[in-house]
Amino acid sequence: MTFIQILSQLAGGMWVSIQIFVVTLIFSLPLGLLISFGRMSKNRIIQAIVKFYISVMRGTPLMLQLMVVYFGPYYLLGIKVGNDYRLIAAFIGFTINYAAYFAEIYRSGIQSMPAGQYEASRLLGYSKSQTFVRIVFPQVIKRILPSITNEVITLVKDTSLAFTISVLEMFAVAKAMASSQTSLIPFVAAGLFYYVFNLVVAVGMEYIEKRMNYYE
Amino acid sequence: MYLLEMNHVRKSFNSQEVLKDISLSVKEGEIVSIIGPSGSGKSTLLRCATMLEQMDGGELIYLKEKAAWNEADGVSTYADKETLKKIQKHYGLVFQNFHLFPHMSVLQNIMDAPLHVQKRNKEEVHEEAMKLLKKMGLEDKAKAYPCQLSGGQSQRVAIARALALNPKILFFDEPTSALDPELTGEVLKVIRSLADLQITMVIVTHEMAFARDISDRVIFMADGIIVEEGTPEEVFSSSNVRTQSFLGRYGDNF
Repeated sequence: MTFIQILSQLAGGMWVSIQIFVVTLIFSLPLGLLISFGRMSKNRIIQAIVKFYISVMRGTPLMLQLMVVYFGPYYLLGIKVGNDYRLIAAFIGFTINYAAYFAEIYRSGIQSMPAGQYEASRLLGYSKSQTFVRIVFPQVIKRILPSITNEVITLVKDTSLAFTISVLEMFAVAKAMASSQTSLIPFVAAGLFYYVFNLVVAVGMEYIEKRMNYYE
Repeated sequence: MYLLEMNHVRKSFNSQEVLKDISLSVKEGEIVSIIGPSGSGKSTLLRCATMLEQMDGGELIYLKEKAAWNEADGVSTYADKETLKKIQKHYGLVFQNFHLFPHMSVLQNIMDAPLHVQKRNKEEVHEEAMKLLKKMGLEDKAKAYPCQLSGGQSQRVAIARALALNPKILFFDEPTSALDPELTGEVLKVIRSLADLQITMVIVTHEMAFARDISDRVIFMADGIIVEEGTPEEVFSSSNVRTQSFLGRYGDNF
């Protein structure tokens, strides 16, 4: 089997990995912001619930969370799930896990904003939501971008964990090929895939960071 | 007619009494300077007037409309949100540290609130913003970002930003305290030029010569009370011991 043939066999897995990556980001970035609001809520009960959620998401293995999301509906509720549910379970598991991490990043950014920005906004008559959307959030994004980049790069590699619930993503396919052909080459190809993927991510994030460098 | 009335204002921070029964009224068109040593409560008074701080007790009235009043137990109660929002339109505040929005250009800093808070017409706002910048001597900085400006330029932008909303009264909280003497001069010059526009101003400042020249009335505060108030001549030639000892520190530099 040539390297090209291996790659083409791996292509399906690559596509699944990319899907997990993109879907997770699309949902976890906004969800994380919502969770960070709950974490900073003045309502003690909401704050306590969200705090607990974040501590569970960050304190237990993602692999375990994926299992719970995948097997939970049947073991807990007796709902029979189809084969399609595997990928959906991966989407859900990754999203709720990454949202917790993003929430803490948003929170650090929002809380690092100087009080003067809020006071100036108030004096100029901005409503609370206007202050957040027009004044605070654009500055928060710039502040938290390096931390977000870190998480996004980890996410690329974490997508391989979906194999634990038998999602045929890149890593699962490579593993199967490696054992059937007793060859390391599929692993090398897989490693190359993750590396190049992350290279693209890093370049993309660097570009965004540069675009935001027009102010200090 | 009084534009602003503050009656019997009290404010404490953790049992430290910062304002002890302060009353202050400002007429339309009047320029009032508040001087006094650090920690005398000058800034806190402005922050209470602009509702950045809540008074513990006392009344706050703008143009006969009550923003806050005393309940029977002597504790300040504030009006409902809608009323406060309406009252808030009467005044603007220029901060010691400018607090410009760093992610917006100079022009955006000035135009954003008129556009999105007052929902005014864009062309009209733009024209007015450019006029303000011209007045501030900063036409060439319209597209610059705050990080590219000197402190003096930043403060002038902050003044323009406050003026763009057409407030009836403008508060200045030590507008030149973060600036070196040269930059101080350019900012004071701009504030002087506003005096000609008949804008009501209340200025907390350590610039004695400036306070003497520009003010209709000078208020000397110390330890949370108004020690003395009057025309600049009266206050600056006061025989009050406390006033004299404070002004004495400035020598004859004003």
